[in-house]
Amino acid sequence: MKIRKILDFSFTHILLLLLSIVWVMPILWVVLISFRQEAGSFTPYFFPKALTLDNYIKLFTDTKQFYFAKWFGNTLFVAICSCILSTFYNLSTSYCLSRLRFRIRKPFMSFALILGMFPGFMSMIAVYYILKGVGISQSLIALILVYSGGAGLGFYIAKGFFDTIPKALDESALIDGATKFQIFHKIILPLSKPIMVFTVLTSFMAPWMDYIFASVIMGDNYDNYTVAIGLTKMLDREFINTFYTQFAAGAVLVSIPIAILFIIMQKYYVEGVSDGSVKG
Amino acid sequence: MKIEMEETNSTIKSVSKAKGKSFFLRDAFKNGDKFTKLSLIIMGISNLVHGQIVKGLFFIFTEISFLIYMITTGMEEIFLLGSLGKTQQGWVYNETLGIDVLQDGDNSMLILLFGIFAVFAVSIFILIWMANIKSAMELQTLKNDGKKIPMFKDDIKEYLDGKLHNTLMFLPLLGIFAFTVLPLAFMILIAFTNYDSQHQPPGNLFTWVGLENFKAMLSVGGTISNTFWPVLGWTLIWAVAATFSTYIGGILLAILINKKNVKIKSFWRTMFILSIAIPQFVTLLTMKTMLQDEGALNVLLQEIGLISGPIHFWTDPTLARITVIVVNLWIGIPFTMLTVTGILMNIPKELYEAAKVDGAGPIVIFFKITMPYVLFITAPTLITAFIGNINNFNVIYLLTAGGPANLNYFQAGKTDLLVTWLFKLTTTGKEYSYASTIGIIVFILSIIFSLLLYRKTAAYKEEGDFS
Repeated sequence: MKIRKILDFSFTHILLLLLSIVWVMPILWVVLISFRQEAGSFTPYFFPKALTLDNYIKLFTDTKQFYFAKWFGNTLFVAICSCILSTFYNLSTSYCLSRLRFRIRKPFMSFALILGMFPGFMSMIAVYYILKGVGISQSLIALILVYSGGAGLGFYIAKGFFDTIPKALDESALIDGATKFQIFHKIILPLSKPIMVFTVLTSFMAPWMDYIFASVIMGDNYDNYTVAIGLTKMLDREFINTFYTQFAAGAVLVSIPIAILFIIMQKYYVEGVSDGSVKG
Repeated sequence: MKIEMEETNSTIKSVSKAKGKSFFLRDAFKNGDKFTKLSLIIMGISNLVHGQIVKGLFFIFTEISFLIYMITTGMEEIFLLGSLGKTQQGWVYNETLGIDVLQDGDNSMLILLFGIFAVFAVSIFILIWMANIKSAMELQTLKNDGKKIPMFKDDIKEYLDGKLHNTLMFLPLLGIFAFTVLPLAFMILIAFTNYDSQHQPPGNLFTWVGLENFKAMLSVGGTISNTFWPVLGWTLIWAVAATFSTYIGGILLAILINKKNVKIKSFWRTMFILSIAIPQFVTLLTMKTMLQDEGALNVLLQEIGLISGPIHFWTDPTLARITVIVVNLWIGIPFTMLTVTGILMNIPKELYEAAKVDGAGPIVIFFKITMPYVLFITAPTLITAFIGNINNFNVIYLLTAGGPANLNYFQAGKTDLLVTWLFKLTTTGKEYSYASTIGIIVFILSIIFSLLLYRKTAAYKEEGDFS
């Protein structure tokens, strides 16, 4: 019996180890490439011959073709602005749908559901023309507006959270003469810190990861690129041989904060997924 | 106090319900005093007379600006929607100059965009107009009852209390309208025009063609439909394969990590979660280069001596399809693992104990207890995941960009999903009408699968009762 237990134990752990090697290898590989001294996208051998920090240094100092530091700043700026707007939009909508009763509440929720069924970037070209019509295409403001514009439709998670806060709290405050706005920002919001953090962080992360909308809106305006489109641009056929190792360095720099944020928030993430699907 | 409030609330509700929209309009015509009746034509007059200066000015200002907008451009814009422009850009003989002059044509795209905007403007104006009459009627009743008329300050208070939803939802709705509804309406209408690479404004006009695009897409025999059906087929195969493989793999992985004898569970979990924590454009683009003919994996395998020549992961159509599904496992399995872990921990221990007493082995337990239990709870997420995979743009686009290309297809490759084909048609092909048609078809597919979900999910019905 004991032997069987030991066998089972070691088998499980060896299996886990093998699987995690498969899972982590591509990630380790990017890290490895980011330190590789030899330029070029492909090498006829697997392990780099020499390691260096040059790729990271060049990424910030060599601004002739690409300006990574500026992209980083752009993304940070867009992320901060759009996360403020999105959080406000998202929490306001969620509070209204969870706590207030008004005529367009139900229609709005069904409408949001239907809107969500369209492929997200079907409207992309039209968004581009609208921005162009207003005269702000290829600008960072356009990106901020696009990222935060739909935030009111992503109310499922926060609404689900607000729904769990006891109604009795609202009612007692109401008796004490509080207005609904006071209930919102003095009672509900302080009780919803976890979900606020989640909303802030998810909307903060989006600009770092989005490639599609940013690339359509920015076109060839390299100066206003975000890191995602900039780094992807480095892998274009004409650049890949010179910039591949720098791409890896940039990718590592962007991934570290994003990955840390994600791992911190994984719990809410799960709740969001199951909530969103059940409640619609 | 509370009961009283609820009572008044419910009476207000029932009254407003009984008086439908048309009803209060008729009421205004019939019983309105002269100011209410005047408000039907000159908005805000009743508010101004009764001392609600700000509100009244707002109504009047809205009306004036709306009228100016309609007279200067709005009317024409709506009118032009019918034809989407008639004058084509081209060389016209100018008699005074005696030469051909380039004449500006109508821009069908802008006509459509402004036209939709004008239609929305009209509907919003009608809403404000009705609010104006409602307000006038309210003032009339208040005055007749001899009650105090709320001033601007009271109104503001009301907008932070009873009408808080108007205040809080205004900006979010504006955002949704400008960046979701308006563009979507535009693109849906495009599906009924011939806005393709041959009809690009400003050089050319495009016009309404009814259901032609859908016919071209769904019929059998044309180039478009010869692409559509195989791409649709692959989309469905992909969605089924990707959903179920990651689902089952994720459950197995979660069970493995949650085994009683596994040490440092959170460490293992984090190792797997890394693959979804890192932005997809990083991981997928890395995978793409790793699996190239001269990429790292082929080099490694050749160094070890497992293969003599490179494996063509991306250039062989069948292999490329298998590869995207396998790479998708890398992202999808940790994702399912994450969602399932919590559910696994909630399975009642008694179930397992009872099964063990009955002499069930681990495999029987898995198929008779774990699977049914998890399936029961996660069935809704399964359908959401399926819809998500139909729309799984990132994995396909960043890995293969739809390739390898197929000459029999219309601007599509062997691994293209409907959505990546849509993306290519809009960005590189400029075949907007076909792209929009595909968008609508994907929408219809999603709706069908979601209806299956919502009809089966009791939780959704319960939410309706929530209050």
